[in-house]
Amino acid sequence: MPYRRKTVRHLFIREKHPAPLPRRESEKVDRKTIIKTDKLSKSFSVSGKQYHIIKNLDLEIYEGDFTVIMGSSGAGKSTLLYALSGMDKPSLGHIEYAGKEITEMNDDQLAVFRRKHCGFVFQQVHLVDSMSIMDNAISTGMLIGQKQKDLKKKAAALFERVGISEEMTDKFPAQVSGGEAQRAAMVRAVINDPDVVFADEPTGALNSAGVEAVLNVLTDINNEGQSIVMVTHDIKSARRANRILYLEDGGIKGECNPGKYVSGDKKRHEMIRGFLEEMGW
Amino acid sequence: MQTLKMALKSIGSNKLRAFLTMLGIIIGVMALVILVSLVNGATGSVTDTISSLGKNMITVSISDNKGAPVQISDLSEWMQDPSLGGVAAYTKESFTGKKDGNAETVDVYGVTSYYEQIQGMSMLLGRFLRSTDIDNHTYVCVINEKLATELIGYTDCLGQEITLGGIRYTVVGVVEDNDTSLTKSYNNDSLSAYIPYTSLVRMSDSATLEITSFYVDAAEDKTTKDAEERITQILLDRFEDDEDAFTVKSQDTLENTMNDVSSALTILLGGIAAISLIVGGIGIMNIMLVTVTERTREIGIRKAIGANRHVILQQFLLEAVVLCMMGCGIGIGLSWAVLQVIGIVVSSLSITFTLNGTVVLIAVGFCFLIGIVFGLYPANKAAKMKPIDALHYGG
Repeated sequence: MPYRRKTVRHLFIREKHPAPLPRRESEKVDRKTIIKTDKLSKSFSVSGKQYHIIKNLDLEIYEGDFTVIMGSSGAGKSTLLYALSGMDKPSLGHIEYAGKEITEMNDDQLAVFRRKHCGFVFQQVHLVDSMSIMDNAISTGMLIGQKQKDLKKKAAALFERVGISEEMTDKFPAQVSGGEAQRAAMVRAVINDPDVVFADEPTGALNSAGVEAVLNVLTDINNEGQSIVMVTHDIKSARRANRILYLEDGGIKGECNPGKYVSGDKKRHEMIRGFLEEMGW
Repeated sequence: MQTLKMALKSIGSNKLRAFLTMLGIIIGVMALVILVSLVNGATGSVTDTISSLGKNMITVSISDNKGAPVQISDLSEWMQDPSLGGVAAYTKESFTGKKDGNAETVDVYGVTSYYEQIQGMSMLLGRFLRSTDIDNHTYVCVINEKLATELIGYTDCLGQEITLGGIRYTVVGVVEDNDTSLTKSYNNDSLSAYIPYTSLVRMSDSATLEITSFYVDAAEDKTTKDAEERITQILLDRFEDDEDAFTVKSQDTLENTMNDVSSALTILLGGIAAISLIVGGIGIMNIMLVTVTERTREIGIRKAIGANRHVILQQFLLEAVVLCMMGCGIGIGLSWAVLQVIGIVVSSLSITFTLNGTVVLIAVGFCFLIGIVFGLYPANKAAKMKPIDALHYGG
């Protein structure tokens, strides 16, 4: 399928002169938008100098997608993820979440928004050390006032699915492996049935066995309809996505839609590799 | 409940540090509870003693009789006053008491008959002095148990004769020794004899029929204040409205003064203890600030997954309050133990040192307040953190 290359300059002026992104698509599917950004910008000031990380970004995230954001170091991948998830406020522009504007929310409203609609998995495990694996997993549910008993029951089922035994749930994060802790973090991320799970390089600190286990869980929950937005610089992780956005210099340089992940699908893998080579990966 | 569990877990994860943090509060609470309980115990004992001396008793001292000295006949006249229950004159001298070769120094009280009632004395044997004894200057005496035992050898000594200042007196009554707390050691050691006022005047060069000290009490249907006002008025009429010619003091005044002193002491000592509690609170704040810094990543995680400002504030505030209340509990327990030990050590004084419920409640309330006040700043600091900054704290 042909795709067009587009310069960075085109991206910045596409408001006035819209031009299609370089795109690879396996199939066209009508999808419902869950997150939409409008001229999203994020800048930081360091020692009086302004750094524009995200620049006038227009983007849509679709329900049920496994969206991966890739890009070189410093491209603004994590910054974009945190802005999309309401964890950080943009400097300019708007973010709509299921039709609801979240950029005007204050910190407390954003916290409530996150606990109800978002799940998070981070590069570092980021479990609370003083809480057991089980208590960590249900902590999000406790915040929205669910009964502990119900949450534990639900968590137990999720733990079983991600391959964590019942005995292990009583242990503390320091007593389990990185992969197990990350899978526990994924249980925490999905226990509230969030609209979107945001994952910031979730396999970055894991060994190969851990990476495979975590990616399998992410793929499984996506196959069941869970929307996922994941930042990664790892092509192996990116292959699990049905949509890959390539970020460069604060804007989206290109997009690839290889369709749902199928293990051993060489054609699909070639398509992703080609796209990433095209992006300069 | 979950927040409380987290607070307890956090405190339990570093027991030594938690204990050292609580030490300031423990010492402060102990200082507050022990000092105030000691003051209250001592005051209670003194107040009981004062009450036992006759709660309605008014003491009158005349310093300038303005040429119109008070006589025994005046007392008899005032006894008829509807506001006054009775009036008793007294004067005291020391004489050598002798009996069968025994000799003791005796406090001899020259009194009138109403002295028994007004002092609330209890007769062990016989009777007290009567009006006729006063009027006839009879040589009869009433002695206390101690004098009976020391001088005569036994208390069943009615009709026995003893000499006081060289004059023979017949014992007509034996009065029980007053063994109430603070006066116990003093009175038990004193050998006392009560003789008619008029008889003492005859024996002594210094005592005269011009009465300078007497006791008054209120009539049954009147208050001590009524009696105090009445006797003051009588004396003002007598001494040309000169308020400085005499003094009128009631036991209520004494008790009130004692209570005022006790309150002042309680406030003073309580204040000093409160300062140590505040210092303890600063220790709590210090450690909580360290805890917030140490647990920045945890705060970041909790905020990222949706804990708002209120949840984080509550978590750290509760931890500070739990630390304070644990310190308070330990402090109260140790105070109880220390008071028990003090009670045993000073048991001979018959002063009861018990844990004062009010001061315990005050200590609990004050510790709670300290937990809130000194926990608020660190908790607020934690609550205000941005999730991104907190997550990335320390790399």
